[in-house]
Amino acid sequence: MNATRIRWGLALSLPLWVGLAAASPAWAQDAATTAEAAAEAVEEGVSAEMFTVNNLWIMIAGCMVFIMHLGFASLESGLTQAKNTVNILFKNTMIVSLGILTYALIGFSLMYPGEWGVAGVLGWTGWGIPLPPGGQTSAYDAGYTYHTDFFFQAMFAATAATIVSGAVAERIKLGPFLIFIIPIVAISYPITGSWQWGGGWLSTLGGDDAGFIDFAGSTLVHSVGAWAALAAVIVLGPRLGKYAADGTVNPIPGHNLALATIGVFLLWFGWFGFNGGSVLTADAAAVSLVLTNTALAAAAGAVAAGLLAYFVTRNADLTMALNGILGGLVAITASANIQTPMTAIIIGIIGGVIVVVSIIGLDRLRIDDPVGAISAHGTCGVWGTLAPGIFGASAGVTQLGYQVIGVVSIAAFTLAFAFIVALAVKATLGFRVDEAEEIEGLDLGEHEMSAYPDFPRVYIKSYHTREI
Amino acid sequence: MHMIEAIIKPAALDPVKARLASLGILGCTAMECRGFGKQKGHTERYRGGRMDVGFVPKIQLKIAVRSEDLDKAVDAVTSAARSGEVGDGKIFVYELGKVVRIRTGEQNDDAL
Repeated sequence: MNATRIRWGLALSLPLWVGLAAASPAWAQDAATTAEAAAEAVEEGVSAEMFTVNNLWIMIAGCMVFIMHLGFASLESGLTQAKNTVNILFKNTMIVSLGILTYALIGFSLMYPGEWGVAGVLGWTGWGIPLPPGGQTSAYDAGYTYHTDFFFQAMFAATAATIVSGAVAERIKLGPFLIFIIPIVAISYPITGSWQWGGGWLSTLGGDDAGFIDFAGSTLVHSVGAWAALAAVIVLGPRLGKYAADGTVNPIPGHNLALATIGVFLLWFGWFGFNGGSVLTADAAAVSLVLTNTALAAAAGAVAAGLLAYFVTRNADLTMALNGILGGLVAITASANIQTPMTAIIIGIIGGVIVVVSIIGLDRLRIDDPVGAISAHGTCGVWGTLAPGIFGASAGVTQLGYQVIGVVSIAAFTLAFAFIVALAVKATLGFRVDEAEEIEGLDLGEHEMSAYPDFPRVYIKSYHTREI
Repeated sequence: MHMIEAIIKPAALDPVKARLASLGILGCTAMECRGFGKQKGHTERYRGGRMDVGFVPKIQLKIAVRSEDLDKAVDAVTSAARSGEVGDGKIFVYELGKVVRIRTGEQNDDAL
């Protein structure tokens, strides 16, 4: 069985290596020197110093977005059972790595095509990340070099995929999961991203100057991950024992809330880069406003979710407060650059309320999401995307209309894409581990390893109430 | 009165519990334990190496029953815990000298 699995892995990774080899000549071009870059910058009207400062900020912001992957890994392993820890960490390790590689191979070129095959909908400029004519200079962009652009965007791309891994945790087969996620991050995410950030049809809905607003990706990144997760979760079904036949919802507690808390705080920290870097320059006023709004919305989300959970369930539920932070952050992401601190707080509060309601609501619908990813990134992503039509400088019925069009079109495309891939994987390789493996844990079943070999495994749990 | 001591796979815990409950046999103690039999443990891997995990996680159930319930209880555990594969476990049965319900002081069959 293991030999089969290894052969599958090698076979499935082949296209990646062939693609990388095919693209390698494109990567062999000479990089422009810093001196040339500075000289170009001066010609373009941006001082060499400012170009360097702008670029430095985007690079730092990219590094901060990278640390969000550690945040996701910690949060997801903390909110799931000890017996599945190796599995979820392995998935997170592979997602960020495959995400960066495939984004270099195909995603970046799909997302920022420059020229379109189908106007505003689909464009493709070729394999790899060859330096464009403007190269590493301000002729390419006043804010950053080409490679800084790629680096920052690649960190984003993998984020969308990581969101899926938490929602499908504790029951999905390893190989089929990775096969499912690669087309999502390499093809689906860049295509919908190009509609807005690549200058596609959503960005010009209202002519050249008006259109859909999604500053740092409430919809483009977070909702896309959540829609893919929703499709996968529906195809997979809930974990054993989660929903009893009589309709009871049985909580399956995560094994380490300290780890979950560390994860959320890392995500919050990284989000300052996620939103702050999305200004795409180091403009002092713009970046400081974005950071202020991001901090306020997250804090408001935590307080709102914590209080609401307290009044609904009468306990101070840490996991709900943590999800409230994420709800607030996702909600402000679409318009952090155009809200005032006051509207940012309102958007964050609503995000925190929505995430609690959504988590409880999805359980009623028997959609089993162990970490609340669909609620935090999907439901709050939709709310955050609608928010600039309701609050802030852009508010108005027309703008709200653009926001609805953006939410619906990207949701429809991503759900359709993810359902097709998930059903295809299910029909060919199978999507879900067998019942015995799910009970024994995916660490032993998929990896023959334990995350905690020096601690006893606990099988007798209060929530063993599944119907037999 | 008999004590049924069953060593079962963790995955069999819920089916066994449900089967016993359906027979009206309510009351059982479950313990996490580890052991080996003809299966001789299982192996795990670590940094490329293979290591023997000599003791496999199991669950030990202790079920005290009236003598007239013994056969159906043993049948229930056997059928619910059987997967047909090595490692399904074993059942040991022994007689009990005395049973006391702590709350009321009831004894023997009345306490079961």
